[in-house]
Amino acid sequence: MFGKLTWQAIPFDQPIPLLSAAVVGLVLLAVLVWIVAKGYLPYLWREWITSVDHKHIGIMYCVLALVMLVRGFIDALMMRSQQALAFNAPGYLPPEHYDQIFSAHGTIMIFFVAMPFLIGLMNFVVPLQLGVRDVAFPTLNSVGFWLTASGMLLVNLSLVIGEFARTGWLPFPPLSELKYSPGVGVDYYLWSLQISGIGTLMTGINFVTTILKMRAPGMNYMRMPVFCWTALASNLLIVAAFPILTATLAMLLLDRYVGFHFFTNEAGGNPMLFMNLIWAWGHPEVYILVLPAFGIYSEIVPTFSGKPLFGYRSMVTATLAICLISFLVWLHHFFTMGPGGDVNGFFGIMSMIIAVPTGVKIYNWLFTMYGGRVRLETPMLWSIGFMITFVLGGLTGVLLAVPPADFVLHNSLFLVAHFHNVIIGGVLFGAFAGYTYWFPKAFGFRLDERLGKAAFWCWFIGFYVAFVPLYVLGLMGMTRRMQHFGQPEWYPWVLVAGVGALLILCGIALQAAQLVVSIRTRQRRREPTGDPWDGRNLEWATSSPPPLYNFAVLPNVEQEEPYWGMKAKARESLRLSAEPHYEPIEMPRNSATGFVTAVFAVITGFSLIWHITWLVVLGLVGAYATFVVFAWRDVAETEIPAEEVARLDRANRAARAAALQQEVTA
Amino acid sequence: MNAAVLDHHEGEGPRREPSTAPGHGTGGPAAKRIIVGYGFWVFLISDIIMFSAFFCAYAILAPAIADGPSARQIFDPNSVAVETACLLLSSFTCGMASIAASQRNQKWTQLALLVTGLLGFTFLMLEVHEFTGLLLRDYGPTRSAFLSAFFTLVGCHGLHVTAGLLWLGTMMAQFYAKGFRRDIQHRYFCFSLFWHALDIIWVAIFGLVYLVGLHL
Repeated sequence: MFGKLTWQAIPFDQPIPLLSAAVVGLVLLAVLVWIVAKGYLPYLWREWITSVDHKHIGIMYCVLALVMLVRGFIDALMMRSQQALAFNAPGYLPPEHYDQIFSAHGTIMIFFVAMPFLIGLMNFVVPLQLGVRDVAFPTLNSVGFWLTASGMLLVNLSLVIGEFARTGWLPFPPLSELKYSPGVGVDYYLWSLQISGIGTLMTGINFVTTILKMRAPGMNYMRMPVFCWTALASNLLIVAAFPILTATLAMLLLDRYVGFHFFTNEAGGNPMLFMNLIWAWGHPEVYILVLPAFGIYSEIVPTFSGKPLFGYRSMVTATLAICLISFLVWLHHFFTMGPGGDVNGFFGIMSMIIAVPTGVKIYNWLFTMYGGRVRLETPMLWSIGFMITFVLGGLTGVLLAVPPADFVLHNSLFLVAHFHNVIIGGVLFGAFAGYTYWFPKAFGFRLDERLGKAAFWCWFIGFYVAFVPLYVLGLMGMTRRMQHFGQPEWYPWVLVAGVGALLILCGIALQAAQLVVSIRTRQRRREPTGDPWDGRNLEWATSSPPPLYNFAVLPNVEQEEPYWGMKAKARESLRLSAEPHYEPIEMPRNSATGFVTAVFAVITGFSLIWHITWLVVLGLVGAYATFVVFAWRDVAETEIPAEEVARLDRANRAARAAALQQEVTA
Repeated sequence: MNAAVLDHHEGEGPRREPSTAPGHGTGGPAAKRIIVGYGFWVFLISDIIMFSAFFCAYAILAPAIADGPSARQIFDPNSVAVETACLLLSSFTCGMASIAASQRNQKWTQLALLVTGLLGFTFLMLEVHEFTGLLLRDYGPTRSAFLSAFFTLVGCHGLHVTAGLLWLGTMMAQFYAKGFRRDIQHRYFCFSLFWHALDIIWVAIFGLVYLVGLHL
C-alpha cells in the first residue's frame, strides 16, 4: 500500500533532524494560523499564490531563496562546528549524518538559493527593463515557480521522512547506484531536481522568448540594458544545458529503479559517461548563475558612479563569449580521471581563455567608476566587494585550470575555497546587491542603509576569514568532506574557518534585522517618485511598486539608458513629457494552474521516492487533468479600464513633477 | 544624455537601419501568434538537446553488449521500415489537418487528425511489439549497457509519441467543442511543430541506431 514507506522512515533516534523539523513545523504552523486569523488567506491566494504577474512571481522566488539560504547556512554551520570538534575525536555528527549534510548544503545552495534568487531578480526586473507588461508566457512562469517550490519541499521532507543523499551535491556513480546507496536519499535528490529542473527549463524558454520577441518600441538589441543581455545569455544556457541534466538524472533513475546499466560497474555500464554528461550541464550551470550577477553589477556600477557603463559593446561581446565558451570547459572537473595529456591540455587552455572575457568585464566596471561620482551606498558596496573577491576567485580558478596543478589540488579544500570564492563573491554578492538595489522598486520603500552596510562588512570579512584558511588547508593536503581528522597542523586553520562562518552568521542576522526594521519603519522610508537611486533604465520610469501592467503606455525607446534620456529632457525643459493618451489595458487573468500542478508534482515525486505506485498514477493523472482544465479556459484576460490607468499614472506623474521642481529650486 | 554614449555609434561605417517590424529591432513586441510559435521552437530545441544526450549515451554504450546480443542480432529492418512509413505519413496528414483547420473545416480537420492519430498509434504498437519481442527473448534493458541505452533512446521517443497522442486527443476535443478560435489555432500550430519534430528525431534514430546497427 505505501511502498517502502514505514514508521521506520522517521528518525526517532536522531534528535537533531527531529528537533529542527519540529521547530520549523511550529513556525510554519504559527505563520499559517496568523495568516488565517488575520484573514489574509484570500489576499494571499488572489495576489500571490495564483498570481501570474512576473513581479509577484519574482518576489516569491526571492523569498524562497532567502528562506533556503538560512537552511543551507545551518548546514554549513553544522559542518564547520563538526570539523572544529572532530580533531582526533568523533565530533557530534556521525558519518552517515555528516555526509547527508554536505550533500544537502551543496544541493540547496545551488538549486534552491542561487538559482531561485537570480531567477527571481530576472523575473522582477527584465520585463520592466524591456519596457513591456509581462513575460511571454505568464502562466508558464507561475508553473515554473511552483515546480521549483515543489522540489524544495521534497528536499526538506527528506529531513524527517527518510534521509537525504550522502553522495555529495552531484551523485557520482557507482556510489549513487542502488548497490552502494540502497536508501531513498539519492531518490529524494533525483526527483526533487527533476521536478525543479522542469521549472527552470520553463523559465529559460520563457525568458529567451520574452527578451528576443517582446521589447518596447525602439528597443533594438544594442539599446538593451546589460542585465537583459546577461539574462538572455543565462537563459540560453538554461535551454541548452538543463535538458542534459534531465537526461542524465533520468539515466541514473533508470539504473536505480529498473536495473538498467548506464553507469553501473556491471554489464558494460560506464560511470565516466555520467561524469561527462553531468559536467556538460554542470559547467554551463556555473555561468547560468554568474552571468545574471554580472548583469546586476553592470546596472549598479553606472548608477552609483553617475556615468554610463564603460564599453557597453565589449560587455555584450564578453557576455556572449562566456556563453559560448562555457560549453567547452567541462572536462576540467575531472582532469585526474584519465582523459590523457592532449585532452587535458585543450580543456586547460579553454578554461584559461574563459577568464579573458571575465577580465574584460572587470576592467569595464573599473573604468565606469573611474572619474565618476561614486556613491558608496549598500548596493555599490556589494559590487566593489565583488570586484575584489571575484578577482581572487578567478585567479585561483586559473590556477586550477592548469592540469598539473589540478593533480595536486583536485578534491582538496583548495577547490572548495575556490568555488565558494566565486559563488559567494560572484553570485551571492550580486544577488544581495540586486536585492538591495531593486527592493525599493518592488515595495516602494528603501531598506535600512546602516544595517545593510553592517551586514555587508560582516559578510565580506567573514567570507575571507572562513575561506582563506580553506585555501591554506587545501595546500596542506586536507581533502574535502572530512568527517574527522588527526592532523594537528590543520586544527588551528579549521578553527579560524569556523570563526569566519560565525561572522557570516552575524551578517545574515543583520540582514534579517534590516528587513524587519525597514518594514516596521516603512512609512518614513517611502519614496513616491519610483526612482530612489537616480537610475538609468526603464524599471525606474514607473512607480514603486509598479502597477500590475508596469507601464501606463509602453515607453518609446530612443537610445541606450532610455530613462536617463527622458530625465535629461525633463531637466532641460523643466517639465515632464506631455501626458499620454490612456487606453484600457488587457492583462492575463490569475490562474491556480501552477499551484495545483505543484501539488500533483509533490504527490508524484514523493510516491516515486517511496515506490507507492497507485499514488504515482494518481499524481500523473491529476497533472494531466490540470493541463486539460487550463487548456479549456475561455477567458484568458481581464481588462483594466482607462480611468484606473490614468488615475494611477497621474499620481505618479505628480510625485515626479514635485521631485523635478525640488531639484530645480535646489 | 551623455555625449560618450551617443558618440560610439558614430564612425563605424554606414549603419544598417534597424528593422521596424514587430518583434524585430525597434518594432516593439511581436504578435501573440509569433510569440507562441517562437517559444515552442525554443522548447523543441531543448527537447532535441535532451535527445542528443540520450544519443550520446547510446553512441558510447553501443559496443558494451556484455553477454547480451549485438544490434545486428535484434533489429528487424522490415518492422522499422513500416514504423518509419507510418510516422512520415502521419506528418503528412498532420499537415493536411493544418490546412483544413486554417480553412475552418471541422469535418476534414477531425478526419485528418484522426488518421494522424491512428498512424501514430500504429507506430507505437509496432514499437511495443518490438520491445515485448525483445523482452520475451530475455533481451531486456537490464541485460547490457547497450540494451539499456537502446531501450531508453527509442523508448523516450515512444513516450513523446504517446504524449503527442494525448495532446492530439485534446486538440480534437478543443476544435470540436470550441471551434477554430485563434488561441486554439496557435496551440494546433505548436502541436504540429511537435509532431514534425518527432519525425526529425525518428529519422536520426532510424539512421544512427537502426541503419548503423544493422551494418555494424
